[in-house]
Amino acid sequence: MTSDTSAPVRTVEIANVAKRYGAVEAVRDVSLAVQAGECVALVGHNGAGKTTLMKLMLGLIRPSAGRIHVLGADPAERDAEARRRIGFLPENVAFNPALTGREILRFYARLKGEPKSEVARLLGVVGLSDAADRRVGTWSKGMRQRLGIAQALLARPALMLLDEPTSGLDPALRGNLYGLMRNLARDGTTVLVSTHALSELEGVADRVVILDRGKVLANGSLGELRQLARLPIRVRVKVAERAATPAWLREEGLPFNGHHYDLVCSPDAKMALLRRAAANDGAIDDIEVAAPTLDELYAHFLERGSAR
Amino acid sequence: MRSLLAIAGKELTEAVRNRWVVAATLLLGALALSLTLLGSTPTGTVGVNALDVVIVSLSSLGILLLPLIALLISHDALVGEVERGTMLLLLAYPVTRRQIVLGKFLGHMVVLAIATLVGFGAAGVAVVFTGADVDRQSWEAFGAMIGSSLLLGGAFVAIGYCTSALARSRAAAAAVAICLWLLFVVVYDLALLGVLVADQGAHIGSGVLETVLLFNPTDAYRLLNLTGFANVSLFSGMAGLGGTVALGSGVLLAALVGWILLPLGLATALFARREL
Repeated sequence: MTSDTSAPVRTVEIANVAKRYGAVEAVRDVSLAVQAGECVALVGHNGAGKTTLMKLMLGLIRPSAGRIHVLGADPAERDAEARRRIGFLPENVAFNPALTGREILRFYARLKGEPKSEVARLLGVVGLSDAADRRVGTWSKGMRQRLGIAQALLARPALMLLDEPTSGLDPALRGNLYGLMRNLARDGTTVLVSTHALSELEGVADRVVILDRGKVLANGSLGELRQLARLPIRVRVKVAERAATPAWLREEGLPFNGHHYDLVCSPDAKMALLRRAAANDGAIDDIEVAAPTLDELYAHFLERGSAR
Repeated sequence: MRSLLAIAGKELTEAVRNRWVVAATLLLGALALSLTLLGSTPTGTVGVNALDVVIVSLSSLGILLLPLIALLISHDALVGEVERGTMLLLLAYPVTRRQIVLGKFLGHMVVLAIATLVGFGAAGVAVVFTGADVDRQSWEAFGAMIGSSLLLGGAFVAIGYCTSALARSRAAAAAVAICLWLLFVVVYDLALLGVLVADQGAHIGSGVLETVLLFNPTDAYRLLNLTGFANVSLFSGMAGLGGTVALGSGVLLAALVGWILLPLGLATALFARREL
């Protein structure tokens, strides 16, 4: 481990970066810093600029304005050592269907100067050992996606860029992938993952960056974003007897399904409401509290972004 | 260098898997053998010059086929990977774009080398088996023919990369490649002939003609093989031209090599500028 005195290492530093394609502004004035061991999710619609940001970090395209530092180098300079330590899984990863999985992974391993033993190990990690000697053309989409993950893991990357990694994966494999991402981050790898499945990120991403039309709308942990959004909390209470419903509940609540009442309150007023409900001894059977879902949070920030 | 060889090796494996190697070798071999066996019928009584006749027929065949094969395997080398989505991942690796172009070139040259050596070599073997007495000079001419065939193929592989680096889609690259084949193999010589006939020798001297011929790799190849060796030029009916064309083998070889290096450099520059 690094000594405690050293400041956290910034693996990615993006300052006021813009990228224009003709008249189209794919990325507008984006600033973002990510530290080693952080798992950051880039969330946004298609065309929000997630893939463009990744291409900029890989040095495949040059920014129209601003500057980028990745692993201490300008990615556009294509420094071979910095590049060796970046793992990348493109959206809709493709391989030549005429080659076998082992041949493909061995090719990428040779480009990163990794030994054959790593190829066999990584094929095992993603559970492709048995299929490795069949042509990739005969594989399912999920298997190709797993081969894509295997090649991204070559050479133990310090920075992992995953562009929509869960597309085509079944729920069990998604769980595996999220576990893998957590393990990588724990071992000091910076993980940047783009997705539009925000609801799956709870417990996975340390930080969420919401992008819309090339701009950063929000940047923070899920807890911070919830506080920032101040979305109302829904409380559903169940009364024992309809006739015995307290007067305040009749007044403020919305009756639902006979014995239920729905209440909406701001995050600050939540505890006061819960105390009031609990105080009505005997009259109320049950209390359900629903925090805003991640999708609601996402919708909120998008709405706020388009209103500005 | 390691990356270059890795890319060349992958290109070769893919060509073997996609049956390109087998198809090109069989095509060249079958035509070479049939030309040899049928072609020796009229000269069977002469015997001595059997291989020279083979050289004349094979190089005439090579002018048509080698550029076609080379363009077919090279036109989608870059745009094909861009379109399939494999280029994005490859460029994320520690390889330069120049290494990608050169690696692919190396791999495709090995494919062409296998096809010409085995395909045309079969003709040489067949001549030996017919029991013809072949002198040393003819073998030299035969070796030079195979070597220059490889250079001709290389020139068109490099030209194919230029279209591949420029084209927006594989279909566009294929269309341009076919047009280039027509231009270099058919149209160029026809146009030249037309101009010469119209000119009646008034303005265009042999010096200008020589220079113009160097601007087409297929003409450089033709001159190299049909006039380079005395016996061969006799059979090719090019003895007259061979006498008047003062271009030495060295100049013609340099022209062919230039036709590899310049398009290859251009393709690299075009590919380097391309944004993905």
